[in-house]
Amino acid sequence: MKSIPRYVTFCLLLLALASCAFGVYRGEAVIIFKKAVNICLECIGIG
Amino acid sequence: MKKHRLARKAVQFAAGLLQNANLKGFLAGTIYKGPLKHFCVPGMNCYSCPGALGACPIGAMQSLLDGRRRKFPFYVVGYLAVIGLLVGRFVCGWLCLFGLIQELLYSIPTPKLTVPEKADRVLRYLKYVMLAVMVFALPFFFRSAMGVGDPFFCKYVCPVGTLEGGIPLVFGDPSLRSAAGILFNWKLGLLLLCIAASIFIYRPFCRYICPLGAFYALFQRISLIKMTCDPEKCVHCGACARVCKMKVDPSKDPCSPECIRCGDCIKTCPQKALSVSGGRFSVSRSDENTVKR
Repeated sequence: MKSIPRYVTFCLLLLALASCAFGVYRGEAVIIFKKAVNICLECIGIG
Repeated sequence: MKKHRLARKAVQFAAGLLQNANLKGFLAGTIYKGPLKHFCVPGMNCYSCPGALGACPIGAMQSLLDGRRRKFPFYVVGYLAVIGLLVGRFVCGWLCLFGLIQELLYSIPTPKLTVPEKADRVLRYLKYVMLAVMVFALPFFFRSAMGVGDPFFCKYVCPVGTLEGGIPLVFGDPSLRSAAGILFNWKLGLLLLCIAASIFIYRPFCRYICPLGAFYALFQRISLIKMTCDPEKCVHCGACARVCKMKVDPSKDPCSPECIRCGDCIKTCPQKALSVSGGRFSVSRSDENTVKR
């Protein structure tokens, strides 16, 4: 199988970091925090 | 080899403990509510586990995709992509607590089952279906009459949530216990099935169901740190394929999406043909040290 050039990985890595930063910028970490500090009834099987 | 396996177990145990260090939560029947819950952990670890310090990436993804918000989860996808691009499925083999639990169950001395090759090949795709349908599509498109979206994977499938969150909380809290009904029994049944299967089949959840493993697997061939096989050293003796419990043949496909990078094959190879490489550096059994290429 032809190997993928390493610069492709580095470009994707930059893109992933940018995506992560953009998500934090638009408040996704806060939404996750609000979900995670309350018992997730769906996760534990209550519904 | 024994030393390597013990070291891996120690790392898995330490990672599991670190991700669930709120031990007093188990006694109090409560969950951690501190600022660390802004961050996702790298492995499958339910955020409703009383010990959990971080958020579950799969649960977090679904809560953002939730039909009410319909936000693409840039933060979680970016975070998981960074891990995948750096180390691929290394997280599955070394840092996932549920993976460790399945391995411990498999170590119970019983006759083991071999999934027929054809069925195994088909079932492996199920985890990608779980990722695409249960984690992405259904939470995004489906909205109940009240306008509320559901985290479909967490709600109807995930045995991790039942084991780490459901059992300690439901059995420790009378009000939650009284609220437990058909859904809880369904999830408990799935957990018991997963436990029973893990005794006879090596890591069945990771191989066939886990959407997080499926996500990391997408980056396996392009990750910075990857397995390599030196064709000049390899004599195709098959020792690596025989030792691999994930049913991968590293001599033919060292970057297989199914490989959890446990490293057993590297330790087994009599020709020292297999190694882990990353950028300008590689580690193989022949030197045990990091050397410049």
